[in-house]
Amino acid sequence: MAQDQTATGGLSSVPALLARNVKEFGGRPAYREKEFGIWQSWTWAETAEEIDALAMGLLALGIERGDRVAIIGRNRPSHYWSMVAAQKCGAVPVPLYQDAGAEEMEFVLDHCGARFVVCGDQEQVDKVIEAQERLHTIEHVIYVDKRGMRKYDHAHLHWYDEVQAEGRAGHSRLEGEMAARVAELDYDSTCVMLYTSGTTGKPKGVVLSNRNVIESAKNSVEFDHLGPDEDILAYLPMAWVGDFIFSLGQAYWAGFCVNCPEDEHTMMTDLREIGPTYFFAPPRVFENLLTTVMIRMEDAGRIKKRMFDHYMEVARRVGPAILDGKPVSGRDRFAYWLGNLFVYGPLKNTLGFSRVRVGYTAGEAIGPEIFDFYRSLGINLKQLYGQTEATVFITVQPDGEVRPDTVGVPAPGVELRIDEGGEVYYRSPGTFVEYYKNPESTASTKDPEGWVATGDAGFIEPDTGHLRIIDRAKDVGKMADGSMFAPKYVENKLKFYPNILEAVVFGAGRDMCTAFINIDLNAVGNWAERNNISYASYQELAGHPQVMDMIQSHVEEVNESIAQDDMLSACQVHRFLVLHKELDADDGEMTRTRKVRRGVISDKFGELVEAMYSGKTEQYTETEVTYEDGRKGKITATLEIRDAKVVPVAPKQGIAAE
Amino acid sequence: MNDMSPDSYVTPDGRTIGGVVMEMKNITLRFGGVVAIKDISFDIREGEIRAIIGPNGAGKSSMLNVISGFYVPQEGEVWFRGSKRPQMKPYEVAGQGIARTFQNIALFDGMSVLDNIMTGRLTKMKTGLASQALWFGRAEREEIEHREQVEKIIDFLEIQNIRKTPVGRLPYGLKKRVELARALAAEPKLLLLDEPMAGMNVEEKEDMSRFILDVNDEFGTTIALIEHDMGVVMDLSDRVVVMDYGKKIGDGTPDEVRGNQAVIDAYLGVAHD
Repeated sequence: MAQDQTATGGLSSVPALLARNVKEFGGRPAYREKEFGIWQSWTWAETAEEIDALAMGLLALGIERGDRVAIIGRNRPSHYWSMVAAQKCGAVPVPLYQDAGAEEMEFVLDHCGARFVVCGDQEQVDKVIEAQERLHTIEHVIYVDKRGMRKYDHAHLHWYDEVQAEGRAGHSRLEGEMAARVAELDYDSTCVMLYTSGTTGKPKGVVLSNRNVIESAKNSVEFDHLGPDEDILAYLPMAWVGDFIFSLGQAYWAGFCVNCPEDEHTMMTDLREIGPTYFFAPPRVFENLLTTVMIRMEDAGRIKKRMFDHYMEVARRVGPAILDGKPVSGRDRFAYWLGNLFVYGPLKNTLGFSRVRVGYTAGEAIGPEIFDFYRSLGINLKQLYGQTEATVFITVQPDGEVRPDTVGVPAPGVELRIDEGGEVYYRSPGTFVEYYKNPESTASTKDPEGWVATGDAGFIEPDTGHLRIIDRAKDVGKMADGSMFAPKYVENKLKFYPNILEAVVFGAGRDMCTAFINIDLNAVGNWAERNNISYASYQELAGHPQVMDMIQSHVEEVNESIAQDDMLSACQVHRFLVLHKELDADDGEMTRTRKVRRGVISDKFGELVEAMYSGKTEQYTETEVTYEDGRKGKITATLEIRDAKVVPVAPKQGIAAE
Repeated sequence: MNDMSPDSYVTPDGRTIGGVVMEMKNITLRFGGVVAIKDISFDIREGEIRAIIGPNGAGKSSMLNVISGFYVPQEGEVWFRGSKRPQMKPYEVAGQGIARTFQNIALFDGMSVLDNIMTGRLTKMKTGLASQALWFGRAEREEIEHREQVEKIIDFLEIQNIRKTPVGRLPYGLKKRVELARALAAEPKLLLLDEPMAGMNVEEKEDMSRFILDVNDEFGTTIALIEHDMGVVMDLSDRVVVMDYGKKIGDGTPDEVRGNQAVIDAYLGVAHD
């Protein structure tokens, strides 16, 4: 086969990588999962046997080439195996967000036309059955966890283990067929279909080929020198491209071990027990960890607290320099060594970061303080910039060139271009094939030469070659007086305060900027407890005058820092309010990956926005909320609107006009 | 007891309710001059969820204590599995396959969740104190078996994340769940729940209801429960006994009970004119 003559030496599909791993690392662990309190592990050889049994079971059920196999569940080995088993049958795996509501799930199941669905448990099966009432396209549903499933009609329902048993029983009959289908897979066959969460409109199915996945995995593994000894913790949604690349692409390319937590709530314990060497998390996880540490230190004894403060100061001063291999005085090195003995070492151990060689954060901007905190502890945390359409990697930070305000240099094999409007374009081996059943969107995103618009505005720093992202290109606008408006830039600055969970800034076409603030219940709740402030509900805490004062001081500090920026000084927040409810994906205010949906929010809270611009000091509002079980309710509140001090900026027409 | 007596039936949701496992015959319980329970008879069938409801002070908890053998009624008989039950010590009752939870949580606060649940296995331990202290051979093997059973319950009730947490640090709703776990660890045939939802918020109540239904469904455990929350009771139970001032004023399916005038009067009050 011509396609086999590739840079990867004939390894042109995930099943091919699996076969190689069995040969090379057969006896080494490929998967671990904690079950009934004990870590169970599977070697590469055992993994291949499990996958083969399932693949043949699927063949026995009549799976055809090109069928879509939807996979819905938390990170478990059997769900990853389902993806590879589908590939072995010539079918296409489509992982779905397990926390999606029935309606959202129905859309995706319908759009991809899934004939087979693998569900984690009863909860997911119920959603699929509900969707099936209107779709009628799903033929077989396979469930992994047997609990609660006894009473269901099993005409089209199958227990995962029984499908495997069927496959094992039909081994001699089905093996040939499976081998034939695996042999047909080449670099251009579809590896996986991933649905983007979509900050606007319906999710889109991104088709990634084996070339996209394997080339991206290979390049990134080489970039960070990952080997078969790595351990990762798979805890991010399986439907997200990042998890697919880290837990499948890179794991199969490098041959390292994927560890699955026992339960979604045990992640912290499991992290500590596994001690991953390669770790990936969105900024939110790092923020939450830091908040937890800080809250616990507030409650610690005086000696411990002083020791912590002293050595964290040392770490802040010299930690990042030591990590980057820059010259540091012997005295400071000794202080850092002591700090490591007393504080950083034990702290990293508690967090489960003792063994981390490479850590990445992406998806959102991370606060410089948070970023520096981890780096000063000696954790090699880096940023990368990417998207589903690029099979993750667009830019990454190389070791030794890590900064909080840039997202790094183009990843290996990636070309970068900035257009006149400031939007970032890229072209790479990871560039997606197409949006499934959506040629218009494909054409508008990817031009015939393969350049893809990221939708983000940014620029490349002339002296370092690093990319800096300012905002979503479509969100960057002009204010009434023509000065540049970049809401995300301001929101990120606000969100870097632990007390602020989420912020939404308005100002396009207006004469000033205003903001909605969401408080972080953990941080503010703990603060309230320490200051003897009693509250009965989130709403009451959010509206508390002292909380308002605190938020006001944060907003004013942010204004001071924005005033320093020549381009964006007009984006200072003049007025703000603290929302009475947390923005939530269930109410459509955020995406499943927790990105703010501006359009929805400004429609839904229209009267609040108007109140801020009309100079009112309070506004009554009614808001519809959706509970976890799908029921809807209403909450009402009268919100206080406050003015924040802004720093006067001298008009400098000459500079703004460039 | 799997006697499929002629009166066993299948519920609309597909569970088989068997014959009578426990029967209360004309129970009267007095504390000095106070009559807590007055001439009450009812039965509990294999595999069903049986609720006892009533206003405050109706004698529900006393009734549960009679079932569990903690109180001995002055009059009347308790029949369990076809024979009249003699006066028994609580541990003897536990040995018969009856486990319970308490209205006011009765866990060991300083011990971890895991250890608390392990105490539920106590009646199943065969090795003696000495060999357990030495933890050698059979005692070690036995503990591993028990731990395995306990881990299954932890998984079932989804409390893996608090396995090693001292019970004293847990919020109320979770403590209730741990108590249920400990009762389940004894692998009971009959599970008695004393106000399992008391003091819970709506979400916690829904979780607890789910677990009660799951326990009944997965393990086939017969469940008798006392509850205040009428909504919960009507949704969960197969049959309901209604008590008021120590007397039985209603007995039947939730629908029958709901339409019963005496029950409506007891709950809503009657005008005295």
